[in-house]
Amino acid sequence: MTTNARTCPVRSFSVATLLAIVLLPGAPARAADTGDTPPIPDTLQQRIAACTSCHGVHGEGRPGSGYFPRLAGKPAGYLARQLQDFQNGLRKYAPMEYTVRQLPPAYMREIAEYFAVQQVPYARSPLPPVSAATLARGEELIAKGDPARKIPACSSCHGSQLTGVEPSTPGLVGLPYDYISAQLGSWRTHTRATVAPDCMAEVASRLGESDITAVAAALASRELPADTHAQPAGSVTPPLSCGVLGATGDPS
Amino acid sequence: MKWLRWLVPSVALLVVLALGWVLFGGSRSRPTPPVASKVVAATLRDPALIAKGEYLAAVGDCAGCHTEQGGARYAGGRALATPFGNIPVPNITPDRVTGLGDWSFEDFWQALHSGKGRHGELLYPAFSYTSYTKVNHDDALAIFAYLQSLAPVHQPAVAPALAFPYSVRNSLKAWRALYFREGEFKPDPAQSAEWNRGAYLVQGLGHCNECHAARDMLGGTPQDVHLTGGQIPMQNWYAPDLSARKNGGLEGWSAQDIVDLLKTGQSAKGVAFGPMAAVVSGSTQHISDTDLRAIASYLQSLPPRAPMAEPGTPFDARTLSTQGEKVYAKHCADCHGKRGEGVAGVYPPLDGNSSVTEPTGINATRMVLLGGFAPVTAANQRPYSMPPFAQQLSDGEVAAVVTYIRRAWSNKALIVRAEAVSDYRHTPVD
Repeated sequence: MTTNARTCPVRSFSVATLLAIVLLPGAPARAADTGDTPPIPDTLQQRIAACTSCHGVHGEGRPGSGYFPRLAGKPAGYLARQLQDFQNGLRKYAPMEYTVRQLPPAYMREIAEYFAVQQVPYARSPLPPVSAATLARGEELIAKGDPARKIPACSSCHGSQLTGVEPSTPGLVGLPYDYISAQLGSWRTHTRATVAPDCMAEVASRLGESDITAVAAALASRELPADTHAQPAGSVTPPLSCGVLGATGDPS
Repeated sequence: MKWLRWLVPSVALLVVLALGWVLFGGSRSRPTPPVASKVVAATLRDPALIAKGEYLAAVGDCAGCHTEQGGARYAGGRALATPFGNIPVPNITPDRVTGLGDWSFEDFWQALHSGKGRHGELLYPAFSYTSYTKVNHDDALAIFAYLQSLAPVHQPAVAPALAFPYSVRNSLKAWRALYFREGEFKPDPAQSAEWNRGAYLVQGLGHCNECHAARDMLGGTPQDVHLTGGQIPMQNWYAPDLSARKNGGLEGWSAQDIVDLLKTGQSAKGVAFGPMAAVVSGSTQHISDTDLRAIASYLQSLPPRAPMAEPGTPFDARTLSTQGEKVYAKHCADCHGKRGEGVAGVYPPLDGNSSVTEPTGINATRMVLLGGFAPVTAANQRPYSMPPFAQQLSDGEVAAVVTYIRRAWSNKALIVRAEAVSDYRHTPVD
């Protein structure tokens, strides 16, 4: 009967159609008199067209645009947290706030898990012209940080390969330069925030403009590791206490 | 000579303000301390009364305004943007310093029924006492008992930011003389109990007319204008006419269609979106089936409307529509159907949909730009959604496709121009 409902043009409300609707609640819905319009699949992918039109059907993002970040493969805990932060106005971007404003936690979690398990190849984005010295400074911040200014290394939280750490720390590789530098700027101007203690806000506040350019350029120009999956939970010991990782105290 | 158009209403406004000042000059009342209230504390702790109040607070969608984005429910802390300036939304949890902790029921009744604060100060009608005045005493008491049962949250109100002369509270005397008629709902004995219940909810707590009627330049709605549709100031959505009869915004809607939309967020005729999506999620989905049927019964009794003037065909309508038809085939037809028929229970029809054909074109334009999820309700917890096209389509393409859907099939509405799309593209989303 599934086949029947999928392939036969439904021109009248026949007994078979009625049975198909009653017996198969998951059967694709379609307008009663349109054999020529493809049926609407009852899938999460279909339901979240509002997400995939910008972030891609598999969360691949739009690398060429500089914004609309890749979601595929990011830890589900991280993605769900971002949706909550947009909903609560901690993270500011009007179209995202509008889109997620009503969504219940269970649905946001389901959407986060959908993107977390997607596996699509990374695409490279264009880099602005930066000097070798800038790139070297960026690499230094990534690997060692700047202890004199209490800036921890990116890798100390985001993983040795910068592919993120389960369940809540995002990867930093394969993101466009424009996106990374805009996010670091947003942390500094408080248009991006998360639950306290907001350790990333602390780190960003210690970065200068030139540091942001350097680290964003270095991250965006990095070769991707062979394994781009996030590291297992508990495989790093963050130097700051972070609300997103369950801490409740002071960030530093 | 454009300034002349503003001169007359401005002078009229000043005259009315001065008159209001003279006629209704300054009486202030004192708050009633809770100990001096006629309502004893034990009454306010009655679980049945509190439960009734919780239901009524949902019907009135009190939390919709009195909650900040990401903030504690009912704790206020935000400002409501109006054409006259920003009005702080107060904390209505029972915090003694920043909320209603020291309020008596008499104080609450004075606010809800008379639009006056604890000290007799006139309240700005962003608090819709023009509607709430119709709420009866027992229901007001239940709501008060519920609010007093909440956990107190300490959250001071933000500072008001109103332009002169609106910053002078006494200017409201004139406004009230024009637009406010104090008085509880009076049942119409010629109508059924169901109709009267619906009228009471729609006109009172539901405060439907606050959005679904046009406001004039003083932000008021004339007394004889009832649910005839209007543009919501600042938010820039069009709240459609609610008559289900000839030429009404809900023409062709059955009582069940109205109940379905309010209960689930969607009906066979359309889907709630924009501010109404929040109203459905936060308020109407929680209304009992009996009350929803009463609301539908009342709305179905609203009179037929005069036909809108048949729009002429501007010279560029055909070009726009032809271009729009191509955009529609590429981006819209897979979900909304080649003939705008929609998919039952999933995607709304566009043919005969009053949100598509409403007078301004705002709703269809902004839906195309913003997309979004259908309301989340108990009946629809994983709603389908529409992609936002702001990033994909130019102003010209949006104007073309909106013009097409407003004039295709049985729809006969005015065209939308690219300049208007450009304006709505920059309307803040709230």
